Amino acid sequence: MISASRGSSAPIRARAGASPGLGEIGIGDGSDAALRRIELAVSWVLRVGVGVSVLVIAAGLAIMFARHDGYLAITGHASYRGLTGAHSRFPHSLAGLAHTLARGRGQGIVVVGVVILILTPVLRVGVGVVSFLVEHDLPMALITLYVLAVLVGSFFLAQS
Amino acid sequence: MTPLDFVVSLALISVVAGALGALVGLGGGVVIVPVLTILYGINIRLAIGASIVSVIATSSGAAAAYVRERMANLRVGMFLEVATTTGALSGAFLTTVLPARLLFVFFAAVLGYSALATFKRRHRAAPLSASNDRIANALSLHGSYYDPAERREIAYHVVRTRLGLTLMYVAGLVSALLGIGSGALKVPAMDGAMRLPMKVSTATSNFMIGVTAAASAGVYFMRGQIDPIIAAPVAVGILAGATIGARVLNSVTSATIRIVFVVVLVAISLEMLQKGIAG
Repeated sequence: MISASRGSSAPIRARAGASPGLGEIGIGDGSDAALRRIELAVSWVLRVGVGVSVLVIAAGLAIMFARHDGYLAITGHASYRGLTGAHSRFPHSLAGLAHTLARGRGQGIVVVGVVILILTPVLRVGVGVVSFLVEHDLPMALITLYVLAVLVGSFFLAQS
Repeated sequence: MTPLDFVVSLALISVVAGALGALVGLGGGVVIVPVLTILYGINIRLAIGASIVSVIATSSGAAAAYVRERMANLRVGMFLEVATTTGALSGAFLTTVLPARLLFVFFAAVLGYSALATFKRRHRAAPLSASNDRIANALSLHGSYYDPAERREIAYHVVRTRLGLTLMYVAGLVSALLGIGSGALKVPAMDGAMRLPMKVSTATSNFMIGVTAAASAGVYFMRGQIDPIIAAPVAVGILAGATIGARVLNSVTSATIRIVFVVVLVAISLEMLQKGIAG
């Protein structure tokens, strides 16, 4: 049903010479090969970010459950509500996170994984800036740099 | 319900949310917020925090594949992010000024209209073969992708970039103000206004929503809205689902995607209307 086996090679093959008039306009380095390199770099960053965050989150969850017998029961008195209520406690600042991690709590490790996940899009914008610079595509590099600046600015805004 | 039941059941629901989000370019929040608040009785503040995580997970999980397969237009996405991030940032400042309930009703109407417009053009398939849009030409935003459903390479040209930028600014603004609806405005802006093919529109929207969400994720994290025991199963489930959804997009036609999109859009519109009226 799903032709997933196609993977990444088929589209590239199909593209060769299939899109007349696309790369030739204006900017010298907006060529197809350059775009391909940028796409692969961005895709790689996303995959690594996602992979690492899943592993860290899973490890954190495992530690969380290993340290609390009550969590693991399928039936029992332990309820998730104590963990998800309006007053449940979990780290939501860097200092709080460091404190939780120092005590080896799974909760803190999960938060690290979530933070990695949140930072993945920021990282891929950063890779975009560098990639466009390497390919001498100045307009796109500046556009991406602006996006990166706004993102970084928003994180500082959050802290204040 | 024990914590184990909670984590496992939420992860399974998140797989479905991730697959749907990856397919229509909206992120998993559409499903996650009602599921958490209604099914599990979780506080809306924490549900919105989990929704932001789900949007980033859907985006990164699906876009890894979409960018590699060239289903997403990387240049268009990065160009339009200028407007979405600026919108998200200004939304953070305006959040105390603008009446949220009125906004919910207003955007319920906007999304209802765009659902209707998308439904009307459900059979439109032919992309443009030329463009006199100066920005699109200068930045070579035009592209082409291989469509496995049609077994051919489809080239397309981009038009109306200024209108696209304006709509994207509003999309960023709305997502910062209301927490939902970012992708719901992005897809019609690309599919309707800028004339990207529907599949490219949802794939590119997926690529972009992670950045829009990341712009407000810091605020949500610091406010203590991201609870790890909710975020963990959501993130893991959504990432698995988004990987599946990204494969499904290959094999279905643009017309099918438009129909699924319209259904989801109507659901979000009603959700917003309910929030606007009930408060």
